Amino acid sequence: MFAESSLNVRNKRIQNLFRILFLIMTILLIIPVVAILATLIAKGGSIISIDFLFTHPTNGMTAGGIFPALLGTVWIVAVALLASVPLGVAAAIYLNEYAGDNWFTRIIQLAIINLAGVPSIVHALFGVGAFVIFFGFGTSILAAGLTLAIMTLPVVIVSTRESLRAVPQAFREACWNMGATRWQTIRRVVLPNAVSGILTGVILEVSRTAGETAPIMFTGAVFFLPFLPQGVFDQTMALSLHLFVIATQVPGVPENLPFGVALVLIAMVLLMNSISIAFRMYLRGKKKW
Amino acid sequence: MVDMSINPATADTLIAAIAQDPVKLGVSDLHISYGGAPALSIVGLTVKEHEIFGIIGPANAGKTSFLKALNRMDTFNPNMRVKGEILFNGLNVRNLKNIYALRSRIGVVFPLPVGLPLTIYENVALSPRLRGINRTGDLDVIVERCLTRAALWDEVKDRLGSLGSLLSGGQQQRLTIARALSQEPDLLMLDEFSIAVDPVTTMRIEHVLKELKQDMTIILVTNLVQQARRLADRTAFFLAGECVEIGETEDLFSGDVKDQRTRDYVEGKFG
Amino acid sequence: MLEVNPLQRPMTTDFDSRDMDWYIDKIVQFLVFVAGISAIVFIIGIFVFITFEGFGFLLEDFSFREFFLSPFWEPSDEDVPEYGILALVAGTASVTGLAMIVAIPFSLGAAIFIGEFATGKLRESLKVLVELLAAIPSVVWGFIGLSIMNPLIIDLFDVPVGLNVLNAGVILGLMAAPIMTSIAEDALKAVPDRYREAAEALGATRWQVIYKTVLPAAKNGLLGAVLLGVGRGFGETMAVLMATGHAVNIPGSLFDPVRALTATIAAELGETAVGSPHYQALFTIGIFLFIITFLINLTADLIVRGIRKG
Repeated sequence: MFAESSLNVRNKRIQNLFRILFLIMTILLIIPVVAILATLIAKGGSIISIDFLFTHPTNGMTAGGIFPALLGTVWIVAVALLASVPLGVAAAIYLNEYAGDNWFTRIIQLAIINLAGVPSIVHALFGVGAFVIFFGFGTSILAAGLTLAIMTLPVVIVSTRESLRAVPQAFREACWNMGATRWQTIRRVVLPNAVSGILTGVILEVSRTAGETAPIMFTGAVFFLPFLPQGVFDQTMALSLHLFVIATQVPGVPENLPFGVALVLIAMVLLMNSISIAFRMYLRGKKKW
Repeated sequence: MVDMSINPATADTLIAAIAQDPVKLGVSDLHISYGGAPALSIVGLTVKEHEIFGIIGPANAGKTSFLKALNRMDTFNPNMRVKGEILFNGLNVRNLKNIYALRSRIGVVFPLPVGLPLTIYENVALSPRLRGINRTGDLDVIVERCLTRAALWDEVKDRLGSLGSLLSGGQQQRLTIARALSQEPDLLMLDEFSIAVDPVTTMRIEHVLKELKQDMTIILVTNLVQQARRLADRTAFFLAGECVEIGETEDLFSGDVKDQRTRDYVEGKFG
Repeated sequence: MLEVNPLQRPMTTDFDSRDMDWYIDKIVQFLVFVAGISAIVFIIGIFVFITFEGFGFLLEDFSFREFFLSPFWEPSDEDVPEYGILALVAGTASVTGLAMIVAIPFSLGAAIFIGEFATGKLRESLKVLVELLAAIPSVVWGFIGLSIMNPLIIDLFDVPVGLNVLNAGVILGLMAAPIMTSIAEDALKAVPDRYREAAEALGATRWQVIYKTVLPAAKNGLLGAVLLGVGRGFGETMAVLMATGHAVNIPGSLFDPVRALTATIAAELGETAVGSPHYQALFTIGIFLFIITFLINLTADLIVRGIRKG
């Protein structure tokens, strides 16, 4: 009995040791990022203002604002969403509502996983080969948006599928039993109850799309343009590429400028993510069945 | 197995009877199995227009499988295999051009209630909408009538906008019945509907079913032998995947049976 | 109560006809099927298009020996252009390797803490935090490497330049860790609670349960997480472009600058003429990257699926 209790004490100690060890590892993972964010804010915060967001860059991009880049990112993200959301939602509907559990479905799933795993620069090469050259869109918002659409398609498919899967099968069967076709069931019962989950995924996709750089470098985004894009066949500046350009390609940039751009980019992405997460938590708390 | 199909000796009387009460549903040589395991076999069975046809029997008798086969629910479950002939309104449900049209004419209520995650109003208005009835006035009439018939109207009339899936179990059961009625079905199939409903409400719904007979044919699957006795015109006794006996309800309950097992079950000796 | 219903459906034995809704259903089924196979079409399309663009090089200038075994990447040499990716592969491998050394222990440790020790609010907030970390764009990471890590490394190690294997490896490790943490935590969560309960019922402590029961059961999922991290590091572009120093070099130490496969494409594609051997050679690197990541993802998928079946 004596021995057993001392063993217990030892076990307790080991357990606490590991608990603390893993806690420290978790904290170490987070601390650098927090430190980096703090540095970004400290060094770039001073430059951020309404003017910064809504004026053009001046003096060979060493001064002024980031408006064309910001607007270009919005353009590209919009094109990417318009292409990938309908396609991704439809693909998820196929996978969750129509496809059987067979080898063909497995291959589609494998393709989706691989689409998500292909390096972004390879997506860029594809965009150049397919959209810029083969389809003749040239380097344009359209080509860049479509390249990003394909790259982020798995995000839409996976998140939509998750939210479709969360709708219990019993609801579908009840609907089918009343004579509803598969599509009527999807449209009237499944989708209305999955739409907020889908929206969560779309917001997440916006954040992914807005931050991407490599896929748009050669497909539609350019270093500098003196004017704003007028349509999808125009080239554009983009925020992520702008950060790369002023951080590496332009001499004589004051230090706080790239920090400011990085801060805007990161704020945009984290804001979108936070909205998505908050939305998800709100939905989780709201019981519908 | 007892063959309940047409006896040649009484063929003429039967033909005459059929002319008077047209056959709603004719089943012959039906075999249902799940993943190879047989669940139900029926040699022959007919349900007449405007009758309440009771099906009694203990658990795992194949009662629910029977309803599933009628409504072509085998398409929901890749394991479920159905062989044989099921004629509904004279057409074989196994080779229809449009099984959705079949299902829309058959209302089903299963023991586990399902309130769809729509408003109470939309739960009941869904089927009419699917059929193209979209005028608010028409829908209002249908919703009120169906909910009233299902003995739910008084409880929910002031909150038709709240979610049907958040009602209590008993209320969801009645909502499911109301939804089945909203299909204006030719054939209404109820599978142990009273399981989640209190006795008083059960009696009210039973009363409604008797009246509904004028409008439709009803198949009533029940584990309450006395419920079949109160409602059914004819009753079938299913046992362990076999249709043991079909007969006039009165005969079955007065002991005028062909199979001893039926008597034992009705008298409560097992099940 | 049962007044005659003005909307009673007409009785008919001729109910079996195909209506508009039936055809709409079929059309929708076809459309979503097309969308469903689009992922396959795109994967094949990616391979076909980059192969098509790189095809000329594969036919003419490509030499297997030179391409994979020469450490000299000098495509713009006027006289004798050389297309060896050995140094680039070494660059990618060294950076990815260091990144994994950084990321694997921390992400697995964090996954175990979040999944097995943390509870309630703490757990939820850590998960959210990890998710947010995973969202930071790679160009921002590259910029951090360039502007924060670079001077830091110069100060700490007293080296002339801070853009090197160390810088890019740490940056890439920080990038990959949150994603690996999420996937590893999913793998731990996939271990049924009854395993834990059974072990606890035998008197095991929390750590014993994790070490003896949960980790072995989640082994494949954790391996899958690591592989996906490797794939991510391998394919990362902007961060390694900005933080490695971008010099074609087989690294001898952590403080040597290197150049990655992905970064080479990103840096040079804009300067090459469409259809030139250099341009085609970059697409050939793309084919190589595509195949490698395809294999990594396939393996990860097979490993993860292995446990689901078992």
